[in-house]
Amino acid sequence: MKQTISVLVENQAGVLNRITGLFSRRAFNIESLAVGVTDDKSVSRITIIVDSGNNVVEQVEKQLNKLVDVIKVRTLEEKNLIGRELIIIKVSATTKTRQDISNLCQIMGARIDDITSTSMTLELSDTPDRVDLFESLLRPFSILEVARTGVIAVQKGSGKI
Amino acid sequence: MKIRATQAILECLLEQGVDTIFGYPGGTILNVYDELYRYQDKLRHILTAHEQGAAHAADGYARSTGKVGVCFATSGPGATNLTTGIATAYMDSSPVVFITCNVGEKVLGKDAFQEVDITGIASPITKATYLVRDPNDIPDIIREAFAVAAMGRPGPVLIDFLKNVTALDVMVDYEYLPKTEHPFHGRLAKLKKRSGWDLKTPEPNADDVDQLVRMIGASQKPFLICGGGVVRSRAHREFLEFAQRMDAPVAITAMGGGGFPGGHPLTTGMLGMHGSRPSNIACDTCDLLIAVGCRFSDRVATVPETFAHQAKIVHIDIDRAEIDKNVQTDHHIVGDAKRVLQLLNARISQADHTEWKQFVFSHRAPPAQGTGLLTPCDIIGTIRNTAPGDSIVVTDVGQHQMWSIQYFHFDYPGQLITSGGFGTMGFGLGAAIGAKMGNPGKVVLHMTGDGCFRMNGQELATVSHYDIPIITVIFNNHTLGMVHQWQNLLYGGRFSQTDLNFAPDFVKLAEAYGIRGRRVTTRAEMEGAMHDALSCGHACVIECIIDTDETVRPMVSAGKPLTDFLLD
Repeated sequence: MKQTISVLVENQAGVLNRITGLFSRRAFNIESLAVGVTDDKSVSRITIIVDSGNNVVEQVEKQLNKLVDVIKVRTLEEKNLIGRELIIIKVSATTKTRQDISNLCQIMGARIDDITSTSMTLELSDTPDRVDLFESLLRPFSILEVARTGVIAVQKGSGKI
Repeated sequence: MKIRATQAILECLLEQGVDTIFGYPGGTILNVYDELYRYQDKLRHILTAHEQGAAHAADGYARSTGKVGVCFATSGPGATNLTTGIATAYMDSSPVVFITCNVGEKVLGKDAFQEVDITGIASPITKATYLVRDPNDIPDIIREAFAVAAMGRPGPVLIDFLKNVTALDVMVDYEYLPKTEHPFHGRLAKLKKRSGWDLKTPEPNADDVDQLVRMIGASQKPFLICGGGVVRSRAHREFLEFAQRMDAPVAITAMGGGGFPGGHPLTTGMLGMHGSRPSNIACDTCDLLIAVGCRFSDRVATVPETFAHQAKIVHIDIDRAEIDKNVQTDHHIVGDAKRVLQLLNARISQADHTEWKQFVFSHRAPPAQGTGLLTPCDIIGTIRNTAPGDSIVVTDVGQHQMWSIQYFHFDYPGQLITSGGFGTMGFGLGAAIGAKMGNPGKVVLHMTGDGCFRMNGQELATVSHYDIPIITVIFNNHTLGMVHQWQNLLYGGRFSQTDLNFAPDFVKLAEAYGIRGRRVTTRAEMEGAMHDALSCGHACVIECIIDTDETVRPMVSAGKPLTDFLLD
């Protein structure tokens, strides 16, 4: 089961290393990880997506809570979060295919960032499922390069962690 | 007040009440050692033979005194030599502040001479690491480091100062701040405000305590485990009262030695892989198991799924992350062992479990028959007859460690110092130095094996130089005993690489360091050697020749149920 863990940490060198270390020592793969500073410059938010059983996540959450540099930890419920991922994708495009790709972008709400005589670079920010869908729809056009940010998430409603 | 940065470092140590530092100098930490030269009358520095010895000494000092230990080392190899010592302290929750210096800011990350990312290396084996790049942070970081090492579940912390931070012309603002004021200033105050981190351990939940009181009332066959948390919390008096009121048998884990009197009629001895029959059988048949400050390691809960399978398992621990980590529990109380036990003692009445106790203690093994050869039991028996009852016992790791825990009786926290979690061979001599420096009035016995002794035996130089009267007892079976035992029982007697029959002459080795050495082969010789060692007032090495095939009994194989004894 995929789980989203949101962690607020002191914005300091070495903190990320410590946190990912808690996962790696359990031989535990992180599906995605996104870090960015919050409204308070000294605090960063780390969003971690892991695919594992409840026990492991619970154990890691408890261990995270023990770290001095960790301010707060929360496992976000799937139905209760707003999660978005950004994808930048470069595909081959000829005069023949350009229109089809452009249509796809319109349907999916993606932007065209760059265009050359042989390629197009597109950008979409959406839920991971829709980002996956967008990527698979573009596959027939031959994907040249993909960059995805990993999910960032906050919980729905007025509550905060 | 403007003072030198290095002065601020040492003043901050004095704020914490530090009087002894174990360490080893080197290039990047030169400035700090230069300052130490001026502080000789306030801070005693013990120069060890190797940084690992210093790390274990600071650890032994911390374990035996309950104070925070302090250890210095230089960058690069000095720092990496500490790592085994740091991990040892981490696994056994021992509060030590390790201070290293790194190369200067200008060359940081450029593979400078003796440069290593020690904060990165130490991160998984410390509670926190600090890289100090700004001299003005010195007081704040040292105060935080000491607080973090000691609070909650104790453990090691590492501070790495860049060399330019400690330069002798760097001046910083420093005002003396009493230790009690630390939580209200600087980083600690910020930490408390922002993360809700509290230096005080939270009060145990009253409902949780109520429920445990009810469970105790309903139990006919209760069984207690005294773990290392009882020792760290110095909760031995509370635990004694609790056990007596419960009238329940008590198993003592390796780390719990000293948490409950070893000779008490309620104790069943050690539990687990080398646990006694009464311990392991009681654990298997009890209806209520209350574990205090123990983490159900794989050496205790050999099969977590069937561990205490007939019992409601209750876990009392200061560390929330330990709850349900190794063994699924039915109930838990998070809090300091001392506080939880005080609350429980106020609530429970005197119970009587005579029948249950009779059942448990009926499994006691008959005393071993003498074979004429000097046995481990004879050796420890002789030591117990000659040395004072409150002597501190420091062990290395292996067979002699198990024998020491089985045959000695420990009556107060800090009387047994052993590397339980990490199982560090070579831990003993360094730790014994630390224990003796922290407890000059007590006899310190260093129990070791021929294998372990060779790992850090060079610390005899330290023992000799500072004339530290430690009695080292080497159980020489000319083999790596514990591994030999496994090979004999589980690997068809193929003794792969465990023969140590090429050891040096330990008596001559001791003498080479200026320490008296004795070799004994009989009980009478052992008695004489102990009398000499105790009366001479100096360090002494006693080499006891024992049979190569001596075994630690009982024994349960790793991963087998507790009552599935491989050896009786």
